[in-house]
Amino acid sequence: MKLSPSAWIGLAMLAAYVAVGILGPVIAPYDLGQPHVELAHQFERGSAAHWLGTDASGRDTLSQLLWGARSALELSVIVVAISSVIGLGIGTIAGWFGGATDEVVMRIVDVLMAFPGILLNIAIVATVAHPGVPLTIGALCANGWVGYARVARGQVLALRERDYVAAAVALGASHRRVMVRHLVPNLMGPAMVQMSFGLGSVIIIEASLSFLGIGPQLDYTWGAMLDQARNFLWNTEWVRIYAVVPGLAITWVVLGANLLGDGLRDRLDPRQRGKR
Amino acid sequence: MSIGSFLLRRLGSGALAILGVSILTFGFLHLVPGDPVDHLAGGDAPPGIRLKIEQCMGLDRPLAIQFVSFLGHVADGTLGRQCRNGDPAGPTVAARVREVMPNTLALAVWGMVVAIVLALPLGVLAAIRRGTWLDTLTTTVALSGISIPQMMFAPLLILWGFITLGWFPGPTEVGPRAIVLPALAIGTHLMAMLARMTRSSMVEVLGEDYVRTARAKGLAEGRVLALHALRNALLPVITVAGLQFGSLLSGAIIIENVFARPGLGSTLVDAIKERNYPVVQGAVLVIAAIYVVVNTFVDLAYGLADPRIRRA
Repeated sequence: MKLSPSAWIGLAMLAAYVAVGILGPVIAPYDLGQPHVELAHQFERGSAAHWLGTDASGRDTLSQLLWGARSALELSVIVVAISSVIGLGIGTIAGWFGGATDEVVMRIVDVLMAFPGILLNIAIVATVAHPGVPLTIGALCANGWVGYARVARGQVLALRERDYVAAAVALGASHRRVMVRHLVPNLMGPAMVQMSFGLGSVIIIEASLSFLGIGPQLDYTWGAMLDQARNFLWNTEWVRIYAVVPGLAITWVVLGANLLGDGLRDRLDPRQRGKR
Repeated sequence: MSIGSFLLRRLGSGALAILGVSILTFGFLHLVPGDPVDHLAGGDAPPGIRLKIEQCMGLDRPLAIQFVSFLGHVADGTLGRQCRNGDPAGPTVAARVREVMPNTLALAVWGMVVAIVLALPLGVLAAIRRGTWLDTLTTTVALSGISIPQMMFAPLLILWGFITLGWFPGPTEVGPRAIVLPALAIGTHLMAMLARMTRSSMVEVLGEDYVRTARAKGLAEGRVLALHALRNALLPVITVAGLQFGSLLSGAIIIENVFARPGLGSTLVDAIKERNYPVVQGAVLVIAAIYVVVNTFVDLAYGLADPRIRRA
């Protein structure tokens, strides 16, 4: 596929994220699977034993970064997968059948859009005292599908007027067949743009939840690291490293996702090329 | 379509969406496992206090009655009682919203001012000098601004502006100078989005026939840019800025949290954490209403600014 250089950079950045996410806990110098506290080693600067230093509990910063990558990767991939399948399905059905189905779906979309998404995520995650990863995933999917549904519906409204769709219907194809064979494959382009941007926002929202202390209680997620950093701001020398490490990791993923999303969109709509 | 009927239709469907959000919140709150009184009073509170809180929240009545009484409190403008001590004559939810709203408003306005002051010149400059190093620099700055999480940027601003340099007041402090760092934190993030938007919109407009015509008839370049190009390019920027303003008004949760500023967003987050049903319900309603009203006005402004849309 012909993609702009910046889109390739974005793709490479995301590939690096995926690789680090998969290998992270394996290549991490210390095992963070078991909670441990070594106050003798707290707030250390970079050294041979701890390249990026340690945190308030003496845990290795580099290991936290790598373990955090795994948890971010798991969560972001699962959320994007579930939201996109649900959203594209609902949007395709709404756009194809139109009428009352479309009306009901769009009213639900309106309700979910009439409200800042992260507050809904917080409300869901806050329902239990100790939310786990599955609940966080559910919370992010609860409104994550809306964007995909809008994209799919918009595409289907245009696609349903195409001759090949009319031909399929004339040849007696079932609703299901038209949607699966003719509509969905042709809306995958815009869907991929949405998935790329969606990945970036999932990372940010998940980190925000951990930062606010309402995510899964894992102390090595990037959001939890940032939360710890801002609680020890007075430790200025240390915090310069400790805040920037997870912050740049998040920036890396979001930047990669945005570059790839922009590039894919330009590819689909050459009129937009170079404008963004 | 006249402006009147447009407004009527939009506010009508907006009211439906707000009602939907309210019903959703209500249903959601009551589906959640656990006793809200435990959260609000603490598990070992004396039964008298527990009973008072229960009665104050109306939990002793059927669900349908509870919802109708919530609607009643919306109608009388109190949004219900906060019920923290179970005092049926205690402070209302509306009073709480009124208390924090000036904070939220100030942050939204100043954040927006910072964003627009930075974004417009940057975006226009990048569009005029398209393809040069200046364009690349602006685009890079804008993209980074979008990608850098506020959870890192805002604490680093405090570290720089308050702890290291001591120029600005830190979190929890009040006074006019206390708004500087939070406004910068919000503003730079918004700036990135608006600068991108301004650039792309300006690039598009600069390719239009009417800009060529304006140049061909010998107008000064400054006049062409300001009157012919920028004016038209601003439309989508206004839309994005308006929508962003709406979401700022509903509470910039992270910034409010980092700078310990009580606002609409932090009020709701706290209320959700302590399961204060009336406050959650009331804050959600206010936020949804702000969203709907701001979105309607953005669409209206769009129509006023561009006669083609009004006629369509």
